[in-house]
Amino acid sequence: MKPAILVIFVHPYPRRSRVNRAMVEAIRDLPHVTVHDLYEAYPDFNIDVKYEQALLRRHEVIVFQHPMYWYSAPALLKEWLDVVLEFGFAYGPTGTALYGKEWVQAISTGNAADTYQPDARNRFTVAEFLRPFEQTVRLCGMIYRPPFLIQGVYQADVGQIGRCADKYRDFLDHYPLPQATRNPVAY
Amino acid sequence: MTDHGLLFNAFLYLSAAVIAVPTAKRLGLGSVLGYLLAGVVIGPWGLGLITNVQDILHFSEFGVVLLLFLIGLELDPQRLWSLHKPILGLGGAQVLGTILVILILGVLCGLDFNTALVAGMGLSLSSTALALQTLTEKNLLPTPMGNAGFSVLLFQDIAVIPMLAFIPLLVAGAAAEGGPNVLLAVIKVLAVIAAIVVGGRYLTRPIFRIVARTRLRELFTAFSLLLVIGIALLMEAVGLSMALGTFLAGVVLAESEYRHALETDIDPVKGLLMGLFFIGVGMSVDFGLLLQHPLLVAGLVAGLILVKLAILFALGRYFGLPPSQIPLFAFLLAAGGEFAFVLFSVAAGDGVIDHTVAAILVVVVALSMMVTPLLALLNERVIEPRYTILGKPPADEIRGESNPVIIAGFGRVGQIVGRLLHANNIPTTLLDHDPDQIEMTRTFGFKVFYGDASRVDLLQAAGADQARIIVLAIDDRQALLEMADLVRKNFPHLRVIARAWDMIHLFDLMDHGVGRIYRETFDAALAMGQEVMRELGYGAYEARRAAQRFVEHDLETISRLYAVRDKSLAERISVSTQAREELEKLMESDEESLLAQREAGWG
Repeated sequence: MKPAILVIFVHPYPRRSRVNRAMVEAIRDLPHVTVHDLYEAYPDFNIDVKYEQALLRRHEVIVFQHPMYWYSAPALLKEWLDVVLEFGFAYGPTGTALYGKEWVQAISTGNAADTYQPDARNRFTVAEFLRPFEQTVRLCGMIYRPPFLIQGVYQADVGQIGRCADKYRDFLDHYPLPQATRNPVAY
Repeated sequence: MTDHGLLFNAFLYLSAAVIAVPTAKRLGLGSVLGYLLAGVVIGPWGLGLITNVQDILHFSEFGVVLLLFLIGLELDPQRLWSLHKPILGLGGAQVLGTILVILILGVLCGLDFNTALVAGMGLSLSSTALALQTLTEKNLLPTPMGNAGFSVLLFQDIAVIPMLAFIPLLVAGAAAEGGPNVLLAVIKVLAVIAAIVVGGRYLTRPIFRIVARTRLRELFTAFSLLLVIGIALLMEAVGLSMALGTFLAGVVLAESEYRHALETDIDPVKGLLMGLFFIGVGMSVDFGLLLQHPLLVAGLVAGLILVKLAILFALGRYFGLPPSQIPLFAFLLAAGGEFAFVLFSVAAGDGVIDHTVAAILVVVVALSMMVTPLLALLNERVIEPRYTILGKPPADEIRGESNPVIIAGFGRVGQIVGRLLHANNIPTTLLDHDPDQIEMTRTFGFKVFYGDASRVDLLQAAGADQARIIVLAIDDRQALLEMADLVRKNFPHLRVIARAWDMIHLFDLMDHGVGRIYRETFDAALAMGQEVMRELGYGAYEARRAAQRFVEHDLETISRLYAVRDKSLAERISVSTQAREELEKLMESDEESLLAQREAGWG
C-alpha cells in the first residue's frame, strides 16, 4: 500500500521554470499523489488555512517542491508556514495533527552541487541552509527526511531535465526508496 | 413711527437678529438670549421701533408649531412609546407639583383661590421653544437629561389643552355648560387625530413621491409647509393645540424616507420664526410695570425660579437622572413659558383674574425667560465644571446620530461600496436624488437621505459635520466636480473618495483638489485582462503580478501626463477628442515601459 503523498508545489513563475514544471507534470497522474499548486491557488497570498490543514490531515507524506530562492523557499511558502502551522494544530499541547507525518523537500538549485561546500562560492551545504525547515518539522512532531535535490539546473539540457523528471516520478512512485538510491541527483 | 411697511418691519427684525445673535453667541450667551435682547432693543421700551408686539408674537408662534413638527420627525412612534413613563410620571409630577406649591404660596400671600390657581397653572409651564432650542443647539436631546426635559415639555404642551378648557369653569355659573358639546368635541378631536395618523401613513407618501419626481426643490418645500400649515389649521378648527397636532404629524412621518428632506426644508423657516418669536418675547416685557413695582416683580421672578428649581431638582433626583445633568435640566425648565401668555390673557379675558395681575404675571414670565438662559450659562460655566473636577465621568452617552461614512449617489458604484460596508457592519448614510433607488435600502438599516446631494443643508442633515469619510459616487460628471468643491469648502475635515468616469474626469477631479480617485471601470477591466492572460497559460500569480505592475505603470503615466496637460487646450476641445489624445499618449507610454521585458532572476 503506497502512502498518500501531498506535493505542495511552490513556484511563482512555473512558465519560466526549467525543471520544476517538467517534474510536476511527470507526477500528476500518480494515483496516490495529490499536487497542490500554491501560487496558482493563492495569487493574492490569501491562503485558505482550513483547506490547507484538511489537506495535510489527509496525507502521510508532505513534499514541498520548490526552487531554491535566496537559499530558502519562495515567499509564499514562508507565508504558508506562518498561517497554516497554527498553534493548536501543528504545535502546542493540543497541536498534534501532524505527528508522525513525513516531510520531504524537492529542491532545485541553479548552481551545481559542488558550489554548496564550505570552501566553494555558496559556503554552506544545502542541509545547512535547510536547518530552519528541519527544526520547524521537528517542532511539529513530523519526521524530517533529507531533501530530494536537483542541482546545476542552469547547465542542464533537455535530455537531462527529462531524466530528472523521471527520477522524481520514480522517487514518489516507490516512496520510500531504500536509503542507498536516494543520493542527490547531480549534473 | 408705528405703521411701517411689511418690508421695513422685516428689515428691522432681520437686522436686529443679524446684529444681536452673533454678538450674543460671541459672548457665549447662546442664540436665544441674543434674540431676546434684540427684541428688547427694538421693542416699545427700547428704541420703540415696533409696537404691535402681540401680532408678532401670535404670528411667530407658528415657529413653535414648526419646531414641534421637527421634533416629531425625530421621534418615531417606538421611541415616543418608550418615553411614555417619563412623560406621564415626570411631566405630570412637575406640572401638578408646581401648581400645588404656587397655589399654596399664593393663598398664603393673600391671593384669592382662583387667581392663585390660574397663576399656578400658567407658571408651571416652561418654554418649549427656549428649552428645546437650547437642547438641540447643544445636541443634548439624546442624553437622559434631554429625554427628561423633552418629556416634561411634551406633557406641558398636552396639559395646556385641559387648562384652557378649565379656566372658563372657574367663572361662577359656567360649569353648567357642556354635556353633549363636550362629547361632540371629544369625537371631533379623536377623528382629527385618526385622520392625521392614517393620512400621514398612507396618503402623504405617494403625494411626496409625485412631488419629489418633479425634481423642483421649491415645490417640495411648498408641499412640506402646506402639510404643516394644513394640519395646524385643522387642529385649531377642532380646538386642539396646533403644536400638538403637528407634533403628531411629525411622529407619523418620522418613519418616512422623506423625513430628512422635510427636515432640511422646514428647518430654516422654523429657525427664522423661532427667532421672531423670541424677539417678540423680548419686546413684550413691560418695563413700565417693572419700573412701577421693581421689588414686587423682581421678587416674583426670583420666587418663581426658585420654586421651580427646587421642584425640578427634587424630581430629577427622584427620577434617577445623572447628578451632573440635573442642574441643566432644572435651569432649562425653571422659566415660565410662552403658553403662560396665552393662558393669562384668556383668564383675564374671562374675568377669572384681574388685568393688572395678568400683566404683572406676563412680565414675570417674560423676565424669567430672559433670566434662565443666563442661569443655564452660569450652570455651564460654574456648576458643570465642578462635576468634572470631582472626577465624575460624564454619565450621558450621546447617542451617535450620524454615521462615519456618507455615500453620495447609490447607483452602480455607490451600491458596491455600500454593500461592502454593510457586510462589515459599518454604519453608512446614503444620499440619492432618486427616491426609487434608495427606498428599499432603508429596510437594511442604512440611513437614507433623499434629495439633491449637492445641497449643503442636506449634507448637514446627513451628518456631514460628524462623518469622517464621504464617497462621491453620483452619476453626473459635472455635479460630482461641484460637489467635491462644496465638500472641501464646507466640510474640510471630510475625507473625499471620488469616482471618476475616465481619465479626463480623473484629471478634472485632480484639478478640483480630490486626492483619492478611482476610475469606475479600471479594476474590472484589469481583472478581465488578467483572466485573458491566465487563459493563455500564464500562472495565476504571474498574471496577478503583471496586473499589479501595470497599475503602478499606469499611475506613473497618469501623473506624468497630468503634469504636462494643457489645461487651456483641454477646455477648448471636446471630451471625446481629449480621450482619444490621452489614449494615444497612454499607449505610447505602455510600449516604452519595461513591462513586457522578461523578469530576470531565479527560475
